[in-house]
Amino acid sequence: MATTPVLPKLVGERVKRREDPRLIQGRGTYVDDIKLVGMRHLAFKRSDVAHGRIRSIDTRAAEGMDGVEAVFTGAQLAKLLGPMPIGTPFPSPPHYAVAVDVVRYAGEPVAVVVASDRYTARDAADAIVIDVEPLPAVVDPELAMTGRPTVIHADFPNNLAVALVPSGTGVGADGSVDDTAVEKAFAEADVVISQRMMNQRLVPNAMEPRGVLAHFEPGKESMTIWSSTQNPHILRTMIAAMTGLGQDQVRAIAPEVGGGFGAKINIYGEEYVAATVSKALGLPVKWIEDRSEAFVATTHGRDILGYIDVAARRDGKVLGLRMRLIADIGAYNMLLTAAIPTLTMLMANGTYDIPAIRTTLTEVFTNKTPTDAYRGAGRPEATYFVERAMDMLARELKMDPAELRRRNFIAADKFPYQTQMGAVYDSGDYGKALDVALQAANWKALLAERDAARKDGRLVGVGLAMYVEVCGIGPSSSLPTGGWEHSQVTVERDGRISATTGASPHGQGNETTFGQMLADQFGVPLEHITIHHGDTGVVKQGIGTFGSRSQAVGGTALHLAGGKVKAKMAKFAAALLEAHEDDLVFENGRIGVKGAPSSAKTFAEVAGYAYVPVPLPPGLDPGLSDEAFFEPANNTYPFGCHITMLEIDRETGEPTLLRVVAVDDAGNLINPLIVEGQIHGGLAQGIGQAMIEEAVYNEDGQLLTGSFMDYALPRATDFPRFEMHATVTPTPVNPLGAKGVGEAGTLGATPSIVNAAVDALAEFGVTHVDMMLRPEKLWRIIQGGPR
Amino acid sequence: MARISMTVNGKARKGEVEPRLLLVHFLREQLLLTGAHVGCDTSQCGACTVLVDGRSAKSCTLFAVQADGCDITTIEGLATDGQLHPLQNGFWEEHGLQCGYCTPGMIMSAVNLLNDTPSPTDQQIREGISGNFCRCTGYQHIVNAIQHAARKG
Repeated sequence: MATTPVLPKLVGERVKRREDPRLIQGRGTYVDDIKLVGMRHLAFKRSDVAHGRIRSIDTRAAEGMDGVEAVFTGAQLAKLLGPMPIGTPFPSPPHYAVAVDVVRYAGEPVAVVVASDRYTARDAADAIVIDVEPLPAVVDPELAMTGRPTVIHADFPNNLAVALVPSGTGVGADGSVDDTAVEKAFAEADVVISQRMMNQRLVPNAMEPRGVLAHFEPGKESMTIWSSTQNPHILRTMIAAMTGLGQDQVRAIAPEVGGGFGAKINIYGEEYVAATVSKALGLPVKWIEDRSEAFVATTHGRDILGYIDVAARRDGKVLGLRMRLIADIGAYNMLLTAAIPTLTMLMANGTYDIPAIRTTLTEVFTNKTPTDAYRGAGRPEATYFVERAMDMLARELKMDPAELRRRNFIAADKFPYQTQMGAVYDSGDYGKALDVALQAANWKALLAERDAARKDGRLVGVGLAMYVEVCGIGPSSSLPTGGWEHSQVTVERDGRISATTGASPHGQGNETTFGQMLADQFGVPLEHITIHHGDTGVVKQGIGTFGSRSQAVGGTALHLAGGKVKAKMAKFAAALLEAHEDDLVFENGRIGVKGAPSSAKTFAEVAGYAYVPVPLPPGLDPGLSDEAFFEPANNTYPFGCHITMLEIDRETGEPTLLRVVAVDDAGNLINPLIVEGQIHGGLAQGIGQAMIEEAVYNEDGQLLTGSFMDYALPRATDFPRFEMHATVTPTPVNPLGAKGVGEAGTLGATPSIVNAAVDALAEFGVTHVDMMLRPEKLWRIIQGGPR
Repeated sequence: MARISMTVNGKARKGEVEPRLLLVHFLREQLLLTGAHVGCDTSQCGACTVLVDGRSAKSCTLFAVQADGCDITTIEGLATDGQLHPLQNGFWEEHGLQCGYCTPGMIMSAVNLLNDTPSPTDQQIREGISGNFCRCTGYQHIVNAIQHAARKG
């Protein structure tokens, strides 16, 4: 008898990705790679001005061009498509996919062309003439809050999208505010640190711009919509609602998606327009975003101003924290816009036990591109504010920044830990992450190296930051879409396994990690498993991929569905083997009785029986397929510690990152190789924010950094080799113990780097410098000379 | 319209194109070679990189008519006889990609880099691919992937 090869366990291993063979050969299918018979192309005419009243739109020249099928103005489209809904419970002004009478940011669509090819569509859009009466624009949120020089939405006086939401110590469920504890903390403090800090606006810039292909089939009355989205199921729900179709009549497909980073969560006007135009004309229509469009038309991230006050005793114990937040959300509320800054409030504790915290949040409309989620979404902002303030406190107290943090940590034996911000931190050991980081960076030697460099006249600084994240989002109470995830697992007739997941990857490698999990669960080769995702016609239910939830929520649903099928398969195998199901083992592609491997049946044999069950074992239905929804009881809270070393050129002010040491605790890991890649990517975006990225508007509301010529997207030469370390603190929230990791890198990077920069500039008496670390800004500080 | 002919991945191809048609659109729309991607409109991102007469070029920066008579290699033509190119293997082995959108251009640039510099330092690799953006990986695994290929090449 041939011996069965012994299959290695795959969970926890650096398995190379199953997605890659198609992608490295250029065989991946992204939206723009799909062509349908009769397909037309859309191009949008967009506003050049940031704020203005549309007097007239002349579409005659465009309509007269060869190959132009139709042109719709905002007013014409509004008859077919209502204002767009948002996904948060905040009040929101009407927002049409194509502006009807007023434009409120440069780049807002004013008309759309349907044409035979993309060149003709673009030509026709350029031939549309818009007459706009300019209105004053406002780009500074603190100015906008005064209602001057303009009010962007008539029903929102002083441009307040969210007037003022308090949170923290002494805030009742009814919204009542008792400031006694916070005021006492500040009154009793030996030291108070106060700083205004800007968390600047960023452009997400997934390498694949957005794209959508909508195909309504008249007669069949059904819509198929391909989109570069992070969440096809949410897209299906919204497209159905907005086109008057049932959810059964809409199939949404996220094919290969070239990155998202939060900016492809939102359901966009262009998606609604494509669906509406396809339905109106009975033609498939495609729209592919240009990069120049993406800069203004895809949601931006961050743009939160923080006024931070920290009260502490001389021994370093933090007594109180005030965080007054002003979020500049741009011209409109998008799907999750208003909720993002609330996550900054939620995470105001950071890793610390702070007795009294008061946060307030105001959200302001300005004449800029709307904001929404961007990798980290609210948590990097909180981390930056808290960790910068802690560093300022350490500097004021002349205390080692690591020691100051250690004195304030939530102790490892306090978990689960209820914060006064409403979070329940699931598990953590912050001291351990700090220890590992200090050891990995060789902290004392690092400081000695810095000091030696300074003796040579070099400007070298060292920065440290802790972080705690919200991942595995989340319970349905925290998401308007529901917070569960869904999976269906099927053992096919030939014994191979198909599985679906509502997690919709765009680079996360779920086909690999989820395959690894099922391979171990069933004891079958990875090659015998196919993971389906991103297609609501195949994946029955789902929410999508954001908030670092794929593994913790989607992976758990898969695990639960797999468990159900495995249990049923054991019953069929038990009948076939005339054994008790509890005595069976699944290993090496076979199911057999423990200790009697020669009796084992192959998966194909057991599946063959399950699908032609003669005789049908009592109490069993035919088939091997089952599904599971997983509703997490809580979010997960990964954490870590990042240490960076940075040098600033005394002559030019140019900063260079010398070292990045990252310690990340994401709980149990399914595939450390993929986890490492996720952290690298987060670090790169965090470093980008700290050092070179910034969306800059002029006072007229023009985006000055509107292309890769002006917006500094990090290149390979911008980074040193990252030094990666981990601690492992499993979460009790799900049976995998996995917390999530997609956003982690963005949290530790910004504060650790700015802390390092301030350290490097210590001789000039600097206590804070806002991101990004533009050489000119640093050069001016250096020119100011020692104080 | 202009008549053009070129060799693409070893095959003679002809086309009738508007003079303004970009090479990348000729490859993608007319030859249905969708491996080269369009990630920007200012020649920064490099997702559209192909080899023109053996040298890497951003195919969004050339008109198709400029490639008339040229020998083009796209990502689809890199593997030979069903064997992955060492760089394709390197990207797979070292997790040099996530979403995969920049990958074809990144690999084609790396082909050029290793042709010029068969045993590069990490810094030479970083400089050699600095005309290609990746937003997912932070580049470290890409550097590893190219080193992997340089060792195996």
